Amino acid sequence: MYIMWLREMKRFLRSKSRIVGALGQPLLYFLSLGYGLGAVFQAAGRGNYIEFLAPGIIGMSIIFTSIFNGMQVIWDRQFGFLKETLVAPVSRLAIMLGRTFGGATVAALQGCLVFIIMIPAGFRPYDWALVVPAILVMFLVATLFSGLGMMVASLLRDMQGFQLIMNFLVMPLFFLSGALFPLQGAPTALQDVAYIDPLSYGIDGMRSLLINTSNYSLGIDVAVLVGIAALFIILGSYFFSKIQV
Amino acid sequence: MAEKNIIEVSHLSKTFGDFTAVKDISFSVRAGERFAFLGPNGAGKSTTIKMLTTLLTPSQGSILIDGHNPVGDADAARHSFGIVFQDPSLDDDLTAWENMEFHGVLYNVARPLRRERIEELLRFVDLYERKDNYVREFSGGMKRRLEIARGLLHHPRIIFLDEPTLGLDPQTRNHMWQYLERLNRDEGITVFFTTHYMEEADKVAERIAIIDHGTIIAMGSGEELKKKTKTSSLEEAFLKLTGSAIREEEAGSVDHLRNMGRAWGRR
Ligand SMILES: Nc1ncnc2c1ncn2[C@@H]1O[C@H](COP(=O)(O)OP(=O)(O)O)[C@@H](O)[C@H]1O
Ligand SMILES: [Mg+2]
Repeated sequence: MYIMWLREMKRFLRSKSRIVGALGQPLLYFLSLGYGLGAVFQAAGRGNYIEFLAPGIIGMSIIFTSIFNGMQVIWDRQFGFLKETLVAPVSRLAIMLGRTFGGATVAALQGCLVFIIMIPAGFRPYDWALVVPAILVMFLVATLFSGLGMMVASLLRDMQGFQLIMNFLVMPLFFLSGALFPLQGAPTALQDVAYIDPLSYGIDGMRSLLINTSNYSLGIDVAVLVGIAALFIILGSYFFSKIQV
Repeated sequence: MAEKNIIEVSHLSKTFGDFTAVKDISFSVRAGERFAFLGPNGAGKSTTIKMLTTLLTPSQGSILIDGHNPVGDADAARHSFGIVFQDPSLDDDLTAWENMEFHGVLYNVARPLRRERIEELLRFVDLYERKDNYVREFSGGMKRRLEIARGLLHHPRIIFLDEPTLGLDPQTRNHMWQYLERLNRDEGITVFFTTHYMEEADKVAERIAIIDHGTIIAMGSGEELKKKTKTSSLEEAFLKLTGSAIREEEAGSVDHLRNMGRAWGRR
């Protein structure tokens, strides 16, 4: 299990250009939306948009990175390496856990990097001591979506489905999670959708730790994240055990 | 030597859609035996090996690998074998050493022994100087050698080799077979391989099965096959049994995917 994790880490640390590249998009969202809509947000009496947005942007970078990492399974299948893992006398659950935590560590690190570059851009957490538990929430979110990515990837044969997944799964999960706007006061339909979007709980958890506002509550957030992550991992290892090459 | 069968296959079939790749084959391999599967491209050799090694589930029939059923008891079966695949199976983004290390850890080879064997095997396939290079920088032959070294890293009860020597120079081939014969002799490891080099099969294998269009059409020692077909070499015997029409290898699906990978700008 550890070796699976180690492999993900090595691959991550070696792809410097990808790390930097993956910082561009969140930063762009943060600066343009944050400063572009900041005044409107303030005028509507909702407070500081930069602060509000920052956890959402961290969540965005985590969901993209972790789903992408989970989907790495498809690459392994195409480049043949997956066979090497599949014939190994290791339980499918251990494979799933090792890879999921590997992908999750990578995504959480990416989330931390986004956090760091947002500081010079104007973001201040309300209590620095709570940054550590916030990172734990990041890791939970990352675990959940790595698990989802792997689960989906176990069901796909090639990269053709990837666009589909991005457009019809990842994008909606992100946009409907309340990452960019407050759910309080949003139309009920939107609130209901956010209610079944696991990312909502992740971002809510980070908000409650980083800027001390919360829609659900930290306890519920963590419980939901843990439960769904476990579900995805279990389902994922089942689908993984069904892969044929 | 114990007359125990380590591989038992009976009435095994595999269909893909309405195409039958393997048709009702039965055979067994004794523990410690060197067994070869020969057949033209598309005969069903790799499909059979994939079923034996838990990568594909059979459509019909049963298999026992060292007493375990690869379908119901995949994990136990996986403990019994090692495999060198026909298609590439290395991680290009890791170094040669790391690919070996990954395998060794997966197969629970204890650390000191792992170190020792990795070094020995990398020297053996002449890649020790390149151990810290990324596999993506390797030529096709170097990758093949690394895959073989990796397959030998843990010493399983059975080793499957699917066209292991394809594209290797005679020196390396010779070298590799010597090593395998030593493992076979000293540790009693069963060797199950496929090849297109007839003299290789004749020299190494104690028993040979010839498979064509998904069925086994002849089985026996090299001598027996030659006698049966009244020919003087295994090559002639093979041609006599399978006819001389040329078979197309299925369009390189891996190449296709590789190109797609590039198009996606993976790195
Ligand atoms: N996953 C698959 N789907 C459909 N057809 C397949 C698949 N794998 C193999 N085949 C077909 O089964 C036949 C046997 O293939 P294979 O076992 O690879 O032959 P070989 O003896 O050359 O190793 C070929 O005609 C091949 O096209
Ligand atoms: Mg083949």
